[in-house]
Amino acid sequence: MTGCEYTPVSGIADAQSGQRGIFLPFVAGSIARAADSFFEWFGGLGVFSWRVLMATATPPYEWRELIRQLDEVGSKSLPLVALAGAAIGVVISMEARYSLSRFGAKSMFPSTLVYSVIQVMGPIMTGLIVSGRVGAGIGAELASMKVTEQIDAIEAAAINPYRLLASTRILACILMLPLLTLAADASGLLTGWLAQTLVESLSFHQFIESGFHGATFNAFLPPTFKTAVYGLIIGMIACFQGMRTRGGAAGVGRAATNSVVLASLFVILADVVLVKFILVAFP
Amino acid sequence: MATACDIAARQESAQEDNCAPLIAVNHLRKAFAGRTVLDGISLSVNRGETLAVLGRSGTGKSVLLRLVIGLEKPDSGSVCIRGQDVAGLGLDRMGAIRKKMGFLFQHSALYDSLTVAENVAFPLQHHRKDMPKSERRDWVRQLLAEVGMEDDLGKMPSDLSGGMQKRVGLARALALKPEILLLDEPTAGLDPISSGEIDGLILKLQRERRMASIVVTHDLHSARTIANRLALLDKGKVVIEGGYEDIRESDIAFVREFLKGS
Repeated sequence: MTGCEYTPVSGIADAQSGQRGIFLPFVAGSIARAADSFFEWFGGLGVFSWRVLMATATPPYEWRELIRQLDEVGSKSLPLVALAGAAIGVVISMEARYSLSRFGAKSMFPSTLVYSVIQVMGPIMTGLIVSGRVGAGIGAELASMKVTEQIDAIEAAAINPYRLLASTRILACILMLPLLTLAADASGLLTGWLAQTLVESLSFHQFIESGFHGATFNAFLPPTFKTAVYGLIIGMIACFQGMRTRGGAAGVGRAATNSVVLASLFVILADVVLVKFILVAFP
Repeated sequence: MATACDIAARQESAQEDNCAPLIAVNHLRKAFAGRTVLDGISLSVNRGETLAVLGRSGTGKSVLLRLVIGLEKPDSGSVCIRGQDVAGLGLDRMGAIRKKMGFLFQHSALYDSLTVAENVAFPLQHHRKDMPKSERRDWVRQLLAEVGMEDDLGKMPSDLSGGMQKRVGLARALALKPEILLLDEPTAGLDPISSGEIDGLILKLQRERRMASIVVTHDLHSARTIANRLALLDKGKVVIEGGYEDIRESDIAFVREFLKGS
């Protein structure tokens, strides 16, 4: 090996050092920008939430728009939620029967199905389905209104857009999520029982009596009503993402996507906290 | 020390002849992302007067209108409406002032899920709840007749041409019988015939209702037709303000260039 052959090696070392010199500030800059966006997003959400709260707490109340949104969020999500609940009921029924049979605990089937659907799968599945359907809808609708200056036109017409657009949609989500969860639960239990009866005869009366045996309200009400918190999250994030949109059609697409992704993520994170809270508060 | 707003308010209460400015903009500054858009401009508009604000694209004409109606907050300076500084007001307090103002957006900004009639009725449904439905319907019909759109009550905004949307936007801006009318590029993107019709319409409404109006435009011909006074903006400042003749006879290089380009 000659001395000349070391030249490229030192060249590589120089290049690596040079790359490091460029790379480190680039990484530091990216982290700083990400942190900046993170805090800016949460700060914006805080200010938005406060404005919505103030608009919700003070008259005039937008009853007509609230009723329209209750229909939009509730009635129009019902078929999808019921169908998803039905599918979940069948899946849990098949899985539970197989697992319980292996351990010789087939008699536990009704209560396993009831508790699985009502306490676990019904609420979270409803939250995720609604965050997909309603979150995307609200995010895209408000974003489209924002980029076409319709929200400015509402404000210029002396109407509080936080009251008319955000407050009504968020309230509709809060009120409708528990009801949709009940529908998903009912649908899941019905199809779960049907799937069981196809394999082994079990009367509906027997299924319900056995499934709910020894159950208290504390076992079923908190998991159902925790979905009101999911509704708050879905409505708040979708309205926030929609009303802060910039940048034309691309911005509308981004708002819809971000609404679904962020609402779903926060619903799952909230579930962790709420499950722990329910276990402690409603033992 | 009396502020410009106090002086304007005093003038208004002192003068019963309606000559005090309904709109007074004082030393207004606004910047976006470090770029100064408006650099200390002052303007005023009296009742029954129309001020046309002209200038090249991006000189802050539309921002000026958004500041006047409170859709943007100024960095410094004041915007006084009937003598009250509106710069720091919250949504609901500003709402009371906005009821006296009508705004025509550059792209009309009609509510795309509502019909033409519902668009015009929208402010009435929120602010004139005491108005009987039949009376509201008649008023909407009358407004749309004034702008020549009485045959299109049930159409959706997407079914209308740009000029028709502008007409509906104008009818909506007039729904609450405003004292102040703000028009952002009312003839932009329209053919000469439609532009002439919109100009004629604005002129007719001004004569009948004696509103204080600011019209933002880059169309000198339109500005000359509808405005009593013209203000030419460049680099965030008022280069010249006065009648069309004052502007035509000006020796300022930018004004000459603008006139030549128009």
